Amino acid sequence: MQKYILSVMVKNNAGVLARVASLFGRRGFNIDSLTVSATTDPTISRMSIIVTGDEATLEQIIKQVSKLEEALWVEHLWEDDCYCRELVFVKVLAETADVRDSIREVAEVYNANIVESNHSAIIVELTEVPSRIDAFLSVISNFEVTEMCRSGVTAMMR
Amino acid sequence: MKINGSQILVEVLVEQGVDTVFGYPGGAILNIYDALYLNSDRIHHILTAHEQGASHAADGYARATGKTGVCLATSGPGATNLVTGIATAYMDSIPMVAITANVGTSLIGKDSFQEVYIAGITMPITKHNFVVRHVEELADTLRDAFRIAQTGRPGPVLVDIPKDVTANECEFENKPLVDTSTHYDLTETELRRVAKAINTAKRPVIYFGGGVAISGAGEQLAALMRKADIPASGTMMAIGSLSTENPLYLGMVGMHGKVSAGFAIDRADLVLAIGARFSDRVATDPNSFAPQAKVIHIDIDAAEINKNMATDDSIVSDAKTFLEAVMPYVEEHKHAEWRAEIADWQARMDYRPKDNDSILLPHQIMGIIAELAGDDALIVTDVGQHQMWAAQYCRRNHPRQFLTSGGLGTMGFGYGAAIGAQMGCPDKKVIHVTGDGSFHMNLNELCTTVSNDLPVITVLMNNGVLGMVRQWQTMFYGKRYSATDPHRKTDYVKLAEAFGAHGARCTDLADFRKAFEKALKHQGPTIIDCVIGADERVLPMVPPGKSVRNFVID
Repeated sequence: MQKYILSVMVKNNAGVLARVASLFGRRGFNIDSLTVSATTDPTISRMSIIVTGDEATLEQIIKQVSKLEEALWVEHLWEDDCYCRELVFVKVLAETADVRDSIREVAEVYNANIVESNHSAIIVELTEVPSRIDAFLSVISNFEVTEMCRSGVTAMMR
Repeated sequence: MKINGSQILVEVLVEQGVDTVFGYPGGAILNIYDALYLNSDRIHHILTAHEQGASHAADGYARATGKTGVCLATSGPGATNLVTGIATAYMDSIPMVAITANVGTSLIGKDSFQEVYIAGITMPITKHNFVVRHVEELADTLRDAFRIAQTGRPGPVLVDIPKDVTANECEFENKPLVDTSTHYDLTETELRRVAKAINTAKRPVIYFGGGVAISGAGEQLAALMRKADIPASGTMMAIGSLSTENPLYLGMVGMHGKVSAGFAIDRADLVLAIGARFSDRVATDPNSFAPQAKVIHIDIDAAEINKNMATDDSIVSDAKTFLEAVMPYVEEHKHAEWRAEIADWQARMDYRPKDNDSILLPHQIMGIIAELAGDDALIVTDVGQHQMWAAQYCRRNHPRQFLTSGGLGTMGFGYGAAIGAQMGCPDKKVIHVTGDGSFHMNLNELCTTVSNDLPVITVLMNNGVLGMVRQWQTMFYGKRYSATDPHRKTDYVKLAEAFGAHGARCTDLADFRKAFEKALKHQGPTIIDCVIGADERVLPMVPPGKSVRNFVID
């Protein structure tokens, strides 16, 4: 099982998100994240979707999405060949100075920003490629994470 | 010219060549029915008993004629009643445009009377659907609906029109029809590659499906088979594409197909799959389907390639374009040894039911239908044992003559579809083969054939049980007949008469022959109740999930 990034240009019509979501649901494809955003053309939106599966699943997803009347084109992006970012907020329990220092160290290693710090918790923000975010989250999970929020990916070909 | 939305709908239907629609009126669709009333000389509307019947009728019309079928329903329950028919058409790639009216735009989203979000409901069972919110968009949206339904791999499209849009006016102009044929430019490289596989194969088999029927490629297929001496086996959806007289035609493949055809694919070194999709009723075990073969897949829908089965090579094209393009690269060949091997399986392994004229046996009933109804007749089935018997023994030799719900397996499909087929082909005999289970689902449409004097003949294979499910219970559930023995006391002769149709009941073959001959001469609909044994099974059978090597023959 692998993660793949898809960039899908769709017509900006009512219900287009439901159509894509319905297709994924019906065919049993797993969505890790999905973002919809505007493009320079107001009639077209861009969906950036991260899916998990094997290569055969990826092939099916691309072909099935391409069949949607409102999908204009579908592109499989590689993390290394595109600009691709995701944002995450993590709230970590930090009631002692030791813990706070350790969290700061981890944040520094990953170039993450501490956006809030008080006597009980620290909120860290990181904008990175999805794989780095995964790595950061796996390290930070050694602490007591009380809340986590990922934005989903946004990506553009180089 | 300024006209209202309902008149625009009529004008676009006429523009698209539609002269027959099937439907049922209601509150939200009143304006449209008013326009149909005023244009009854241009569009023939058939009122069904139930919207499901209308959707199957539009489907049957499309299957029989190749044109796009059209059905109409009002909002809410009218729209939801179309759903099974739309899903049936979707699974079998049938071009259909379903028009639903909805409550007015100001009432949408407020759980108004008879409001339902039919666009959301039908999203996964249509090629595409539309909600038309402004009358200015209506004409082009309807044109788009027809274009999408007909282009590439056909399928149903739904257009939902709020009531105020059917009343609002705007400028309308006719537009010329767009060409919906898609051209597939096949490269010489890929054609040579496939031809080389064909030319070097020792044990080639063609496995063809509904795509050959849809693209009308039967002749081209037969030409390729003849030139390269390749035997071919078709799916149920492809029945009629090849003549049953063709010595290279191995018959139907799949769960209830010919054992010899299954063995041919099992032992082949090349399987050329054309317009077929390796469904679980054919590639019952996809991991051991054509295990020794190089498999080449030709399909109009790129998403079918590698979907159900990973293949070795593929070309995205309609069947006819591919067959015509590959012909010049294919060499003449003889495969005498391979054909002898298949002939040996045919002689030794194929199922041959025994005749008995003193009772009614399914294969003999189907034989008489084929004989008396003639080579031109359309067979329309429901779903279950009778469907398989019809597929096995009704000997259809031309495309669009065997109308059946293959993908969705919709019990209750048959009678509505037969109505549509008879409307589309008024000069042909339409024989509806059904079972007592399926017939009970939509027999209300008897009133429609009676009202419209449609001479549809229903041959009811009456075993008093839900035979196909019961057969599975016999074979795989220790004969625990859960809910398959309904103890119904329906008198089908009286039923027919109550509706104003003819009815006959028969218990032996001579009876049936007489009843069928009489029905063929009758101007209106007939139901022939054929009493058969509850333990009759469809054979042969490949158990689900198993390969053809596990076939059951007794």
